[in-house]
Amino acid sequence: MKIETTINNQKKELNVKNYTEPLLDVLRRHGYVGTKEGCRSGQCGACVVLVNGLPVNSCIYPAGRASGKKITTIEGIGIPNKLDKIQQSYLESGAVQCGYCTPGMILCTKSLLDKNPAPTDEEIKLALDGNLCRCTGYVKIIDAVKLAAKKLKKSSHR
Amino acid sequence: MFLICVNLWLKKMEKNNFQQVGKSKIKVDGQALVTGQPVFVGDFIIPGMLWAKVLWSPHSHARIKNIDASEAEKLPGVKAVLTYKDVPRIPFTTAGQGAPEPSPYDSFILDNKVRYLGDRVAAVAAETEEIANEALKQIKVDYEILEPILDPKNSRKKNAPVIHDEKEAHMPLPLAYEPKKNICAHIDIKIGDAEKTLKESDYVIEHEYDIHYAQHTPIETHISTAYFDVHGRMVIITSTQVPFHVRRIVARSLNIPVQKIRVIKPRIGGGFGVKQEVLIEPLVAALAMKTNQAVCLKYTRSEEFISSRCRHPQVINLKTGVQKDGTFSAIDIGILQNNGAYGSHSLTILCNTGSKILPLFKCKNIIFDGDVVYTNLPVCGAYRGYGATEGYFAMGIQLDEMAEKIGVDIVEWSKKIHISVGETSPVFAALGEGVEGVEQNISSCGLDKCIELGAKEINWYQKRRKTQTGRYRRGVGMVIMMQGSSIPEIDMGAAFMKMNEDGSFNLLLGATDLGTGSDTIMSQIAAEVLGTATEKMLVYSSDTDLTPFDVGAYASSTTYLSGQAVLKTAQKIKEQIKKVAAEMLKEPVENLTVHEGKVFGKKGKATFSEIANYSLYTKHQHQIMAGESHITHKSPPPFSAHFGEVEVDTLTGKVRVIKYVAAVDCGTAINPKSAEGQTEGAVINGISYALCERYIFNKKGKMLNPNFNYYKIFSTMDLPELKTILVPTYEPTGPFGAKSVSEIGINGPCPVIANAIYDAVGVRLYKAPFTPDKVLEAIKKNGNHR
Repeated sequence: MKIETTINNQKKELNVKNYTEPLLDVLRRHGYVGTKEGCRSGQCGACVVLVNGLPVNSCIYPAGRASGKKITTIEGIGIPNKLDKIQQSYLESGAVQCGYCTPGMILCTKSLLDKNPAPTDEEIKLALDGNLCRCTGYVKIIDAVKLAAKKLKKSSHR
Repeated sequence: MFLICVNLWLKKMEKNNFQQVGKSKIKVDGQALVTGQPVFVGDFIIPGMLWAKVLWSPHSHARIKNIDASEAEKLPGVKAVLTYKDVPRIPFTTAGQGAPEPSPYDSFILDNKVRYLGDRVAAVAAETEEIANEALKQIKVDYEILEPILDPKNSRKKNAPVIHDEKEAHMPLPLAYEPKKNICAHIDIKIGDAEKTLKESDYVIEHEYDIHYAQHTPIETHISTAYFDVHGRMVIITSTQVPFHVRRIVARSLNIPVQKIRVIKPRIGGGFGVKQEVLIEPLVAALAMKTNQAVCLKYTRSEEFISSRCRHPQVINLKTGVQKDGTFSAIDIGILQNNGAYGSHSLTILCNTGSKILPLFKCKNIIFDGDVVYTNLPVCGAYRGYGATEGYFAMGIQLDEMAEKIGVDIVEWSKKIHISVGETSPVFAALGEGVEGVEQNISSCGLDKCIELGAKEINWYQKRRKTQTGRYRRGVGMVIMMQGSSIPEIDMGAAFMKMNEDGSFNLLLGATDLGTGSDTIMSQIAAEVLGTATEKMLVYSSDTDLTPFDVGAYASSTTYLSGQAVLKTAQKIKEQIKKVAAEMLKEPVENLTVHEGKVFGKKGKATFSEIANYSLYTKHQHQIMAGESHITHKSPPPFSAHFGEVEVDTLTGKVRVIKYVAAVDCGTAINPKSAEGQTEGAVINGISYALCERYIFNKKGKMLNPNFNYYKIFSTMDLPELKTILVPTYEPTGPFGAKSVSEIGINGPCPVIANAIYDAVGVRLYKAPFTPDKVLEAIKKNGNHR
């Protein structure tokens, strides 16, 4: 079957095997390989994308349900030489080691900061609790979210 | 004399005004990672690529009497089914170590016997994963079920079943190996006379410590893709820490020349030791050979837990003798290590439990012996800490107990008992990685400073031994540690560099960045030598066709070992640059200095770009290029002191870490944020291991919790307040004074938390992990409810 969606602000028709095919597989098949597979059971957050602005584990999200919705993948956040402030903050804070969990982390960060531009430490921890990282111990990821909040605040004042 | 030397080095370091080293440069591969570029193995899709799936053993120990794959082969879309009948019967080890490996050759690509529940039976390559899975169901296997060994204590019993009864199993080095007795490694070392001195000790403590299975859980599971290039050579793109060992071991296992294989390591989604294993590459290569097509095999999360590699569980019997003045008289360690069904890293992990712990303490009488046994349980392999995690668990708890017994504060006592600059330990020479070690003097040690700063940060003297009442009790604990930096006289790393017209440099590295940031660190080292910016380095790492050899990312070696190869390479390049500049500026080389990407003479100057253009196009044309190798003659230990505060819920037994402090001496931190990141990642992994990570087996040896719901690893809501303190020293044998930092941090949490629990509620825990049930049981039994 085919579904109509908007991916990273562009209208896109996706070929889907059936309604319940995981959105992760569909996205990767259509070239959005920044979305990573880590567990296929919604337990690690590596595959997080935003659907209508909210983070979902795309490995257990039925592609059929994405029909008519707005999807944001890491490719829609920023590209090399044109990084988004959140991506820049992750790099400056040393929040990226292997980088495999990073797309999911960044998307969850975006979803958080879109709603709550000045989150507390506890709010950041709660927002990222579904995203596992084995490299960093999360310390610098939390720093990155705070730095991103600061950078975004600065730019919104301009 | 030695101290004077070190002081001179320290003075030199202070004078050195590093421009690139010691700065938290942004990762050179960072942009690609934060934008989700196709950089991981799974992102490389080759047209017509097949998907592989493996049939796993449902039994812990069985012989395959008959296997029939004919129905599976008939399924449309199935391109190949492999059983033991279809692969060469060549024994090898999956341990990605230098050749010949100090691990037994006891593995085949596929075998006619299965040795644990989750062992390989057969493999399928098909057009889709669904078809491959369907084909697995069609393979008919007739097993002769054998009695399993599910407790390492039973492995050495007289009539125990023999797990490796195949005639091919052997050790490629002349080392103890007795598969008929299920013993895959053995060590027995005596220094001085520990038996006698133990008897004469004023205080003796002996106890058994039990430390458990765990999995690395890289977020990217094992994945490899193999295909043939236009010349008919096999290309393996794989998530590995050891690309050059992959090439060699695949060549052996399939009996094809090294020349026919190219291994490419792209970005790696975490390793922590589990990808120091040549685990799936031989199988993927065999499937590619059978089908003549590209084949990809990726482990599911469940397969990663059950059928990849784990941390070696150990039962450690530790006995220490101490005199009234607090000096050690003897240490006696006996270890029973469970290696699971295959002998990967068996001997070297065992050796490391001694060699990374014993030299820390000033003790002349030592007994260190151990057996590594086979069981019909999941297979163990390299895991960050590599035996030291296990050893510090026992030693850290016993020293805390000893301090109490002799009536001294553990913090003050710790300062007195550790090895210092200029000193050596007989253990360095006696115990190496599988073979004898290398003698060395300590040339940098910031441990006293680590202890001092750590104790201050945790507020030790206010928090220790506080009388408490009520449901929640708090306590503090600590431990001191060392690790190593590379395997001396064995490991080698190499680098190659060339200069481009615009003054940029290609830096080709065998060193394997698996997410640690080593590509960035190597760039900083090269840039520092050349007096240019880190951003001028174009790094390409780990491709067996294009980069020089390196043993790979393990044994805390990359910065110390490969970094020195880069430093030497960059020095050669610098000499060549100066030579060209001398010709251009018509000044003698002695007059020239290099900084800010330029060469300055007394009369004039030339930019790197002008020099490169001159050398490529103008006169005496040549490519400015160089390569260098490096081996180490020492393995200078990084040192660390860890402190933790816990809160114990006496009603439920739940332990929460409130604050954790890791003070670490890694010499010069080439990239401070990366060094902190290594420490933070290791510490949180260690705390998670100490409190909640565990393998739950049923009576048949089946692991029951192969997913993140039931094998809990720490996430953000579990975090304590974590403080990392980098204590700078200068290691004269390391690049710009650097030592290692990647592994040491994982060794602290088990003993620190056990000691803090004791401080809080007065119970000693000798068996990890400290789950609520165990803590509660211990409190009920003998908690003194301070």
